[in-house]
Amino acid sequence: MSRQTALHATHVAAGARMVDFAGWDMPLNYGSQIEEHNAVRSSAGMFDVSHMTVIDLPDDSGRSFLRRLVANDVDKLGEPGRALYGVLLNHEGGVVDDLIVYRRAKGYRVVVNAGTREKVLAWFADNNAEGTAILERDLAMIAVQGPDAVARFESTAGTAGVSALEPFSMQEAGGTMIARTGYTGEDGVEVILPGDEAVSLWRSLQAAGVVPAGLAARDTLRLEAGLNLYGQDMDDTTSPLVSNLAWTVDWAPRDFIGRAAIETEREAGISQKLTGLVMEGRGVLRHGQTVITTEGDGTITSGVYSPTLGYAIALARLPRAAGGSAEVEIRGRNHPVKIVRPPFVRHGKRVYKDPR
Amino acid sequence: MSEFPTDLKYAKSHEWARLEEDGLVTVGISDHAQQALGDVVYVEHPEVGQTVSAGSEAGVVESVKAASDIYAPVSGTIVEVNEVLEDAPETVNQDPYGDGWFFRIEPDDVSELEELLDAEAYGELCEEDEH
Repeated sequence: MSRQTALHATHVAAGARMVDFAGWDMPLNYGSQIEEHNAVRSSAGMFDVSHMTVIDLPDDSGRSFLRRLVANDVDKLGEPGRALYGVLLNHEGGVVDDLIVYRRAKGYRVVVNAGTREKVLAWFADNNAEGTAILERDLAMIAVQGPDAVARFESTAGTAGVSALEPFSMQEAGGTMIARTGYTGEDGVEVILPGDEAVSLWRSLQAAGVVPAGLAARDTLRLEAGLNLYGQDMDDTTSPLVSNLAWTVDWAPRDFIGRAAIETEREAGISQKLTGLVMEGRGVLRHGQTVITTEGDGTITSGVYSPTLGYAIALARLPRAAGGSAEVEIRGRNHPVKIVRPPFVRHGKRVYKDPR
Repeated sequence: MSEFPTDLKYAKSHEWARLEEDGLVTVGISDHAQQALGDVVYVEHPEVGQTVSAGSEAGVVESVKAASDIYAPVSGTIVEVNEVLEDAPETVNQDPYGDGWFFRIEPDDVSELEELLDAEAYGELCEEDEH
């Protein structure tokens, strides 16, 4: 039996196509995923992301715990109200999961993926010699994203000050956290709130013209924004150094799990990279397709038709020296592609540069 | 909910076939299939003049989400493909039984159509699919 979010009945009543996602019955789309995608790029859309795993570390010892488990340094957070993206590494340097860490007035909150919930909770428990309190929370989460998202959210929720929040910061009041974070490459907020308040917020946002969007649109938006999906673009066997996430590793002296392994990898020479592909011709790039470059073969980790650009884009793990043009084999025929640096789209516009 | 016009025959692989007055068979994908695929963004047609047998591959339809093979519901020769879909693949979603047709076959043997499902049997198949 699939788990249901507080908004489940609302999605079903709206005629959403529901699918199982990591054990949750979630909306894939409410009609056209392209229209939902375009609503987020041009105005405002909202996603039920209550399936994400919210874990609180309310004690002071949460700091040393996270400094040991997250490859980014949570001490960068400084003041309460700031957020940080990072990865958890295993001892081999592979990515256990990616996460956002929020520094609260007291303690920390982390949000990890739905599909990794049990693995991460076990990983936390196995690496908790100090006995830091680790509390999984049962809360709803709504992401409101797009150029009009913040204004519509502020007017609807009657919450002041959200537009003044910096990206990657948050405010909390009355059991609700409002963060300027997201997974679309647009402005917006992610709201973590009690489940019994989710339906009324959703309805009033919809009345304000915010378009419900499903997991399908979430995937095309995040890929256009060049954002990795855990389990597809990175996993327990790939290090952040070959996953376009070296920027999330803080190398300043500090011991964290996986550090030794990725230091060894860095000293030995990194052989691969996760980068972008675009195919301006006809057809669609897909996960698992082989990429043929002058430096050797690689593999597409995520591929999709980009509704904003009108052609296919992908993330691919390629030999590190690969650049310029390449070919992708689709149904026995080789198609030309360009190797480009993600992101592909930000704030509704193409941002990648053609290779020289 | 999906629609299943009763004047069409359906393959288990979700193509529909219509015997036209000129003796050709028009082929497309069902309303159920287009809903399952989601937004169609690319259609790869078979070659005009290509011979196909019932159940053989005859092109590909790609949605944002997935690629799916199209199978010829009857044996024969491809005589026309719907070029509208090259620039407007979304027509498959908008009008799966009308302007969103894929190709026309000159059938070797029209009695092969009798081996396909009628609307009622196909509707039951789709219902099982969803549960």
